[in-house]
Amino acid sequence: MQLYLPIAEVSVNAFVLLGLGGIVGFLSGMFGVGGGFLITPLLFFIGVPPAVAVATGANQVVASSISGVLAQLRRKGVDFQMGGVLLAGGLCGSAIGVWVFRLMTAAGQVDLFIQLSYVFFLGLIGVMMLRESLGSMRRARVPGAPVRRSHVHSWAHRLPLKMKFRASGLYISIIPPAIIGALVGFLAAIMGVGGGFIMVPAMIYLLGMPTRVVIGTSLFQIIFVTAFTTIMHAVSSQTVDMLLALLLILGGVIGAQIGTQVGARLKAEQLRVLLSLLVLAVSVRIAVDLLVTPVELFSVAPGVMP
Amino acid sequence: MIRRLLLLLVLAGPVMAEETGEETIVSGLSQNRVSITADFDGSEILVYGAVRRNAPPPEGGPLSVIVTVEGPATPVIVRRKGQVAGIWVNTDEVQIDSAPSFYAVVTTGPLDQILSDTENLRYAITIERVIRAVGISQEASRSGEFILALLRVRTQEGRFRLLEGKVELTDDTLFRADVVLPANLTEGTYKVRLFLLRDKQVVAHQERLIGVRKVGLERFIFNLAREQPLIYGLLSLALAAVAGWGASALFRFLRA
Repeated sequence: MQLYLPIAEVSVNAFVLLGLGGIVGFLSGMFGVGGGFLITPLLFFIGVPPAVAVATGANQVVASSISGVLAQLRRKGVDFQMGGVLLAGGLCGSAIGVWVFRLMTAAGQVDLFIQLSYVFFLGLIGVMMLRESLGSMRRARVPGAPVRRSHVHSWAHRLPLKMKFRASGLYISIIPPAIIGALVGFLAAIMGVGGGFIMVPAMIYLLGMPTRVVIGTSLFQIIFVTAFTTIMHAVSSQTVDMLLALLLILGGVIGAQIGTQVGARLKAEQLRVLLSLLVLAVSVRIAVDLLVTPVELFSVAPGVMP
Repeated sequence: MIRRLLLLLVLAGPVMAEETGEETIVSGLSQNRVSITADFDGSEILVYGAVRRNAPPPEGGPLSVIVTVEGPATPVIVRRKGQVAGIWVNTDEVQIDSAPSFYAVVTTGPLDQILSDTENLRYAITIERVIRAVGISQEASRSGEFILALLRVRTQEGRFRLLEGKVELTDDTLFRADVVLPANLTEGTYKVRLFLLRDKQVVAHQERLIGVRKVGLERFIFNLAREQPLIYGLLSLALAAVAGWGASALFRFLRA
């Protein structure tokens, strides 16, 4: 069934959109990532203009994150205190990111900038996660191997402004989470994503949060960051396509519910290996685009009235 | 068939061209309006007409017909990638002031055999002539290459079409052309031009308009996004929230 999208001004198959939403929602529920880093390139691929894809992708991530958070909430997998601190940092970082994004747009190299940040951050995080999770899987297989402590006391525990995060079982300063939130918010605004794929490993490896609460807390934070992005895009460039979003959401919310169920059955290490492979695959795919000689050297973009 | 076309001519209220030469065009369109609805998947326009003569056909070469359909024009930027430090980045760009979002040329025969260069220049019939390239920036000296690239890219997208020999001409009098409008149509007024040619010279021409409009839900969403962007954004978020909560509740209900 073909459907004409009023803002994107293209006609696409409705079932393709439902399917795309479903796949991204599934991954979102399973790993606790918003899925923005997948939905945006996939929408480019089916012919949706980039500006519409970025803005509508953000709207879709809001829905799948809400669906995922509600599922996590029942498993008591959301640390609201930690989420709040991360979010406060995140909104500051996002505001700076939007400003930098505008500077890059004026310089005319925003596409390249986005692609390079995708390759760099996805690649870096993918490799780090893969190494760590493969290592811990190997340790788990050797009986009697020394058990790694869930978190170690480090410089983060000597900073002021300490706070008790009950759900995470942590008593640390609020400065590291606020900085991480700001960094993720900054990257999220530049790359047009929720930032879950950076937030999840940062919470596990840098803050030492238990995996049990990481996904729910990450999703909780993503809801607000992507809601902020959606409103910004709707007001400044009118590129949110409601009909496109609705179809992606319908597929996405169902996928997210199934993903959460599947994720709960897998071991944390397996989940992390899968996520890191996925992140690496997207990174390599974008890197290939930058390195291989394109078939068509020219591209046509809408211009502005002189 | 001919009788049906003639009947259509009468019903559609034919428009007659100014009496400039011995031959004039009487024409009609299968529709004056194209509505973009939610299930819009392209549309077909039938352009039909007849040649009106007050005298026997004049001496000279055979009669040819060219029909053009032109969508609303917008400025575009054509960018070219180049290799910098091993990666492909946009290095050059050329601003083109005005290029139609859709352009189809339908003819009775090969263009170079029925149309002279001077007439093409005068009436801007081929797509190359239509694109106004006056505002091309100075720094990119090979701007011709960029215009060719624009033609190539838009032809691949199905936005630019040249259909030679697809106008049916019967008894040097009746003609019809089918133009398929693609699904990725831009809203606006589409201009249909009809040309009669003899010996590569235009002997009569006529212009008609087709309005392409979004209707219903499409119209409502589009207007809301333009006129009330904040409300539209909040509505999109509300939609997302309701859908997210709804799916969660539904799944809990199904498992319970």
